[in-house]
Amino acid sequence: MERLFTRDTQAIFWNNNKTAIQRMLDYDYVIKRETPSVAAIVAPTSSNKFEKFFWGADEIMVPVYKNTADAKAANPQADVLLNFASFRTAYDVTMEALEIGGFRVMMITAEGIPERLARKMNATARKLGVTVIGPATVGAIAPGAFKIANIGGTIENIINSKLHRAGSCGLVTRSGGLFNELSNIIAINADGIAEGVAIGGDRFVGSTFIDNMLRMEKNPDVKYMVLLGEVGGTEEYKVIEAVKDGRLTKPIVAWCIGTIAKHFSSGVQFGHAGASANAERETAAAKNAAMKEAGIYVPDSFNDLPKTINEVYTVLKAEGVIKDIPEPEINKIPKHRRPKHFVCTISDDRGEEATYAGFPISSVATPDTGKTIGDVISLLWFKKVYPKWATDFIETVIKTVADHGPAVSGAHNAKVTARAGKSVVESLVTGLLTIGPRFGGAIDGAAQYFKYADDNNMTPAEFLNYMKKQGIPIPGIGHRIKSLKNPDKRVEGLKKYAKEFFPSTSLLDYALTVEQLTTSKKENLILNVDGTIGILMVDMWRALGYSEEEINEFIESGTLNSFFIVGRSIGFIGHILDEKRLAMPMYRHPMDDILYNVEKAEEIK
Amino acid sequence: MAQKAIREYDGKALFAKHWEDYFSGFHYAFKSVLVTSGEELLKKAEEHGFEWLKQEPLVAKPDMLFGKRGKNDLVLFKKEKPGDVTLEDAAKWIDEKRSHPVTLLSGQSGMLTHFIVEPFTPHTQDQEYYISATVVDEDDVLYMSAEGGMEVEENWDKVVEVRIPIDMDDTSIEKEIRANVPADIPEKDRERFASFAVAFYKFYRDLNFAYLEINPFVMLDNNEIAILDLVARLDDTAGFMMKDKWGNIEFPTAFGMEELSPEEKAIAEADAKTGASLKLTILNPMGRVWTMVAGGGASVVYADTIADFAEANGGSIADLANYGEYSGGPTTGETKFYAETIFDLMTRHKDPKGRNKILIIGGAIANFTDVAKTFTGIIQAFENYAEKLKEHGTKIYVRRGGPNYEKGLKDIKEAADRLGLDIEVYGPETHVTDIVRMALEEKK
Repeated sequence: MERLFTRDTQAIFWNNNKTAIQRMLDYDYVIKRETPSVAAIVAPTSSNKFEKFFWGADEIMVPVYKNTADAKAANPQADVLLNFASFRTAYDVTMEALEIGGFRVMMITAEGIPERLARKMNATARKLGVTVIGPATVGAIAPGAFKIANIGGTIENIINSKLHRAGSCGLVTRSGGLFNELSNIIAINADGIAEGVAIGGDRFVGSTFIDNMLRMEKNPDVKYMVLLGEVGGTEEYKVIEAVKDGRLTKPIVAWCIGTIAKHFSSGVQFGHAGASANAERETAAAKNAAMKEAGIYVPDSFNDLPKTINEVYTVLKAEGVIKDIPEPEINKIPKHRRPKHFVCTISDDRGEEATYAGFPISSVATPDTGKTIGDVISLLWFKKVYPKWATDFIETVIKTVADHGPAVSGAHNAKVTARAGKSVVESLVTGLLTIGPRFGGAIDGAAQYFKYADDNNMTPAEFLNYMKKQGIPIPGIGHRIKSLKNPDKRVEGLKKYAKEFFPSTSLLDYALTVEQLTTSKKENLILNVDGTIGILMVDMWRALGYSEEEINEFIESGTLNSFFIVGRSIGFIGHILDEKRLAMPMYRHPMDDILYNVEKAEEIK
Repeated sequence: MAQKAIREYDGKALFAKHWEDYFSGFHYAFKSVLVTSGEELLKKAEEHGFEWLKQEPLVAKPDMLFGKRGKNDLVLFKKEKPGDVTLEDAAKWIDEKRSHPVTLLSGQSGMLTHFIVEPFTPHTQDQEYYISATVVDEDDVLYMSAEGGMEVEENWDKVVEVRIPIDMDDTSIEKEIRANVPADIPEKDRERFASFAVAFYKFYRDLNFAYLEINPFVMLDNNEIAILDLVARLDDTAGFMMKDKWGNIEFPTAFGMEELSPEEKAIAEADAKTGASLKLTILNPMGRVWTMVAGGGASVVYADTIADFAEANGGSIADLANYGEYSGGPTTGETKFYAETIFDLMTRHKDPKGRNKILIIGGAIANFTDVAKTFTGIIQAFENYAEKLKEHGTKIYVRRGGPNYEKGLKDIKEAADRLGLDIEVYGPETHVTDIVRMALEEKK
């Protein structure tokens, strides 16, 4: 790995830290990235499916997942994990992500992870070749390519500090606050940085100065490095060794902060948890002297650091090692932007021609396109182009449920309303309002319960027993008059179609074993048309590659009933028009058809 | 800070509490009491379970995180000859020791307040063993030696080190420790020394010790272990996982460290209540240069630079009055409180040389702290302390960058001008510590 990040790098952000994510996306927009640097958010307690963020003046949606595994499965290209979990959970989140695999870089922001856990986490990552930045860090940046969360601060500061495009310096610091400061210094006194990492303030960090500097040595964009160390620890000596044995050849400017510590014998903790000098070797003064001795450019004080950086830069520039950097064009973040109140992900009427899920209406409407209502439903309801066997099935379902005579309650209601002189739409909704758990709802119910039984490997007998305990008759089972001997032709048709054209019909097969048991108890306890439709819809989705969770969501959100609503509307409208055509008068129910049983109300005193 | 020292008594109490889980097969009597006066010791002796205080010869020593108590002549184990110290002797000795300040050979000095009292264990020098564990680089290291007691440092070459990487499994750990038991441990003790060492390491590891040392311990008959002296530090970041195992353990201030001043204590308490970071250490209450710096790293470079310039300009490190930081996005109210604490401290004493006071309101370019918001807190504190600050001829230097910094700098400049305060204000175009140069080079 030469470069930590590129313009294509994408991350999974663990924790819905909206401000930090917005800053990343603002940065992306400014530097004209094509894809957002955050591919997904993991938020275990969120019930949101996505989060909206600004992309310039516009808005984009970033998907939200409940766990890292799902986020990674849906976004395999995202190979950076930004772990913003608290110090209590950061270890578990990292270890889980290492287990899942596919992450190249992990950044951990929490400060104060138990040392033993931090060591274990770092050792495991190292063994797996994963670069860990942190814990206790503000992150890292590859200017012009990818920026972690809050590093670099505001967009204004990023531009001022030239963090929007690659410069020539490789920067490593411990402190996050001073990282910004150093970026600014390097922008003023040189040409900005090519890659920068704040390694983190805790005693045990995943990647140390030397790890990052050895990578920068190989990065052709990095022409020299700046190291800002701290009192305490011996990490700087590893850099000295690498300079001495030739693993680091690029010029290095370095300074260790904390020279103040020599004035105070003990007790005062200067700086970070990692910054406590246990021996003379670990003092800032000793490390500064040792670095100077090894040929590293070390100023006389922190206040002189800008001067030293400028000197090294000027020499490299004069030697031609560093070329002029063209200033790239950047986007401007608009001053005022408004979040949008509505989101639409299915159709778009802003272009020349309105589209259904990206397909112009004309491309799916006329007969020569070969597309059917099933295709339109697959686009507008599911945002997918379903194969023909599936759209044909949807069409078959719509046709099958279109009407079931005037006597069923929905049709009856529609008819009564039409006869009261109401309009088509008023009469239609009266009929539609009848649809629910007792009328038409068996499609949902059948899908839900049969799937539940199948998912839990219940035998037909166990399933019956379970439903008995729930106190519900099995939805989708039973018909007024039909039986195995006198089968429902609609059901036969659906089953025949599915057997012939579905890649598999696992839930239908299961339902038929249930039917065998129920019909052995009573002849008319057959799988009825509602049940068949609900069950075959599940089989369709399974065959189309939807996950069980996605199918459960379809069932819960009432998608199955929607097929019934669309289909049956055709029938209802038929009955309403029929009433209008026949100019039927106002309906009044015959009194002799009502059982009157009215007692005089008792007076309560 | 991650590693915190605990008292010898508390360390032994942790051993006792978890003894059966780690050291079954060995016995530990845990006859120890921690007292703050002779009277308390005498009272303790009347309690059930502490009859041994009256029955056995005793050893008494301070339990205040410092070592080398023997060399400092702070261990009472004999009057005439070893093992003749009675309860009354110990009580009297404690009261005498706590009645006056004590200076250690290391130079630390202070009052003795806590004492541990235990039975005297008769043994010989060659029975004293040494064991300790800590982290070196990324690995745990277990140290074992047949030469325990005061001589361990002189005989450090006889100490055997066992490196235990963080991901080593229990079987390998046991094998590694057993294979490295010091050769000079007598044959009769080798086996049980090895078993004890393995258990010791696991105890150290599982209880999240950062450092654990028993020096010396003695293996008596019947597998009785006498822990004669113990030093322990815990990794306090593991505290949230160790609530049950540690119990309500105390992390005392080091001996000789002045107790926190009321102001430092107030800031520490405020710090504990907020997600932001508020730190304050008073280095010299009479000092001339006071700092209010945002950010941990920046606070260090400001301190470094003040020391450099003070010394280069005829001053000294004594000019630096305080060290501390406010960071992590403190609220306006928290910042005001922090600022007022510093303004109050810096206006208590006139500079002995009659020089003006210097206030450095410094900071790097913030990542996410809203500069205008925190500066509002400082401005509110200015309103309350303007007169006092003027009385001390305070010259204020501000340097800061980050979110909303333009407004923050403009606001603070306007407020200071309105209040008649002497102020200079700089943004990110000025090098972070350059205000220190301006402040200290100006007035020689």
